[in-house]
Amino acid sequence: MRSNPVHAALSLVLTLFGVAVMFVAQHAEFLAAVQVIVYAGAIVVLFLFVIMLLGVDRAEDLRTEPLAAQRWIAGLVGVAMLGLLVTAILTGVDAVYPRGEGIASVVAGDNPDANIDQLAHIIFSDYVVAFELTSVLLLVAVVGTVLLARKRKAAKS
Amino acid sequence: MNALVVVPTTTWYLVLSAVLFVIGMVGVMVRRNPLIMFMCIELMLNAVNLSFVSLGRRLDDIHGQSIVFFVMVVAAAEVVVGLGIIVSIMRRRSGVNADDLAELKG
Repeated sequence: MRSNPVHAALSLVLTLFGVAVMFVAQHAEFLAAVQVIVYAGAIVVLFLFVIMLLGVDRAEDLRTEPLAAQRWIAGLVGVAMLGLLVTAILTGVDAVYPRGEGIASVVAGDNPDANIDQLAHIIFSDYVVAFELTSVLLLVAVVGTVLLARKRKAAKS
Repeated sequence: MNALVVVPTTTWYLVLSAVLFVIGMVGVMVRRNPLIMFMCIELMLNAVNLSFVSLGRRLDDIHGQSIVFFVMVVAAAEVVVGLGIIVSIMRRRSGVNADDLAELKG
């Protein structure tokens, strides 16, 4: 187990790129681009920035464990969860049958923007309220973070 | 040569996403650095995104991909707020350990 947070962040970039490749392989080209730009480009850079800012880029000692049983229990719960999920997938995947209206892809037609067209159409028609709410959410998050990170002035007495 | 080409099915993608999810879950349970716990949460969100896209493709339904779009937006907002809180807490204490934050309890 690596103990340096910077290694963890860089490995996270690699994993997110791998997931982006999976998106491309399943013809979700727009989501793959967003994944690379937002996750690998913005979020992990933010993580690295905070790691450097706080100066926690030293390896922490992983050998000391205050609760000795915690790792064993966590591993046990992880293995149990994996077994449960894989069992559910293997037994349930046959019950999933195509019932949607179809996904436009580059392969199906000759429109290179088919995926983006269809996604934009669905977001700006069926999910337009949710889309507007996400803009409110992002605004609240930005304002809240600025308020949190602001340097407090001395209390006026 | 063609016999070597295996087309991955939905099951493969779903199992991969389950593995990623469990890695993130064990990370949250085992590690004590709040930053690393946050990265594990991101990993779990990504695993769920992957399963959404796979099942959307299997169902032949674009709605799976639109849900992933919203999950990404919410994850970005969550990271911004969470890192802001972590920075403002860590500024006034030296160590980084999720257990030490129990003293914030009222």
